[in-house]
Amino acid sequence: MERPLTKNIRPGQEPLSLVEYEQAGGYLALRKALTSMSPKDVQDAVKASGLRGRGGAGFPTGMKWSFVPLGEHAPKQKYFIVNADEMEPGTFKDRLLLEGDPNLLVEGVILAAYAIQADRAYIFLRQGYTLAAKRLRRAIAEAYAKNYLGKGILGTGYNLDLRLHTSAGRYICGEETALINALEGRRATPRAKPPFPQVSGLWGKPTVVNNVETVMNISPIIANGAEWFKSLSRSVDGGTKVYGVSGRVKRPGAWELPMGTTLRELIEERAGGMQEGFRLRGIIPGGASTDVLLPEHLDVKMDFDSVGKAGSRLGTGTAIVLDDHTCPVGFVHNLEQFFRRESCGWCTPCREGLAWIEQTLRAIESGAGEMSDLDMLAGQCRLLGPGNTFCALAPGAVEPLQSALKYFREDFVRHIKGKKCPWK
Amino acid sequence: MLTDEEKSEIAEELAQAERREQACVEALLAVQKRRGWVSDENLAEIALLLGMTPAELDAVATFYSFVFRKPVGRHVITLCDSMVCWSLGLNPLYEHLKARMGITYGETTKDNRFTLLPASCMGACDRAPVMMIDNDLYGPVEPGAIEGILRKYT
Repeated sequence: MERPLTKNIRPGQEPLSLVEYEQAGGYLALRKALTSMSPKDVQDAVKASGLRGRGGAGFPTGMKWSFVPLGEHAPKQKYFIVNADEMEPGTFKDRLLLEGDPNLLVEGVILAAYAIQADRAYIFLRQGYTLAAKRLRRAIAEAYAKNYLGKGILGTGYNLDLRLHTSAGRYICGEETALINALEGRRATPRAKPPFPQVSGLWGKPTVVNNVETVMNISPIIANGAEWFKSLSRSVDGGTKVYGVSGRVKRPGAWELPMGTTLRELIEERAGGMQEGFRLRGIIPGGASTDVLLPEHLDVKMDFDSVGKAGSRLGTGTAIVLDDHTCPVGFVHNLEQFFRRESCGWCTPCREGLAWIEQTLRAIESGAGEMSDLDMLAGQCRLLGPGNTFCALAPGAVEPLQSALKYFREDFVRHIKGKKCPWK
Repeated sequence: MLTDEEKSEIAEELAQAERREQACVEALLAVQKRRGWVSDENLAEIALLLGMTPAELDAVATFYSFVFRKPVGRHVITLCDSMVCWSLGLNPLYEHLKARMGITYGETTKDNRFTLLPASCMGACDRAPVMMIDNDLYGPVEPGAIEGILRKYT
């Protein structure tokens, strides 16, 4: 099986240097694009591949790029930004990619920037990824030294500057308009949309923001073509996916597998199944802001449409397992504590609603809940749902809560009637 | 007063920035790297270099969990308290650290050696439970291993 994203990754070792990366076929795609393809050709190749964004929302990448105005009347200054602000609980796939093959990311950045005719690019890296930062700095410096970055790249007229920005720790920076504010040096609250960043982004200029894993798919797609990309997958969504499993499994980890691999294969084969003495009770399939699934969903394919049909989202593709020794109310309370803390406070439903949810769950967990709290929580899930807030933080925050209320209602009731947590 | 070294690092960041205020996080961290935190006085000086008002800069500084606006110890211990670490042993780890150091979240030991803070997901869920000390990540951490880890930080 081909693993275009992780083939160069050698666990426990330094990533490939630029020279080694070139020897492994690196930068051939860039050479091909700059010498024989127009920006529009690169966009079309990505569009034809059907690549969908790997940061959680699954928006088609080629379409995202196509909203950027090109041609002589378009603004000259444009930006390409990599979203490496991986902070969603349960998500650790981009860490693996950033630490493991920074050159593949840099090549993807240059290709994507060329496709939208940006002459300045940024990698927005989260706080605490210190090893990734060090390795990215080296990959960028080596790319400048070989003129893959800078002026007149590979003897063409194309110029690109790439800068690494390391953030100082705030989940909302992963929201693309908040990220743009953060990069401008402002408080990182999201912006109202429209206008979308592709038209008015960083300092009002056309800007595309793509996730790390998305960008790392670009070079393989340009090198091998759309049909090859689709053939990697076991589903309608093309390509591979870096999946992860964490929680009480025998071998937590992240693996690049065909898009459409089932939850059962991930949890039982890759992660080795549950640890001795623990039973699987639930799965959060794609990072903290996705609806809970049950063991009956193990045969669901992990692709955008299949997980959607099962009532959740593929999200980041990194699953968290809930075991039978862990209190589901405490589990959801912990999640909502995260979202409450990380809410930027800009819009009222999120700032006030998440605080209310978190305090109510805390009360239920400690035995002070009332039956009417359950209806109130369900009501909050609707009020914080899509369309009522500036960004997707609050709608994402209530996804695991609404499904926990549905699937684990008995456990909530036991807390309330028994006036204590049965797990304590 | 900012040192010449701090000013020159901020100047380097400014030289690469498209607009002066863009360098604000880098500038704050350049000072924090040397002093552990950013005082009101330092913040006002940085703001001047960036062409921002102190209030504008503080609005950014206080937004981030890892720009410290209060003094911290020589080393900062952060415990990931998000879901996976929570379900795989955060609490025993926290209880152990609390008892060992006599401090709770947000506090600094009397000898000014350690500050203990909670942190949102560190993106190392396959190694849960995890903690960071300064720039170093540890995981999975058993309470019994803590003593040996702390010894490296004097």
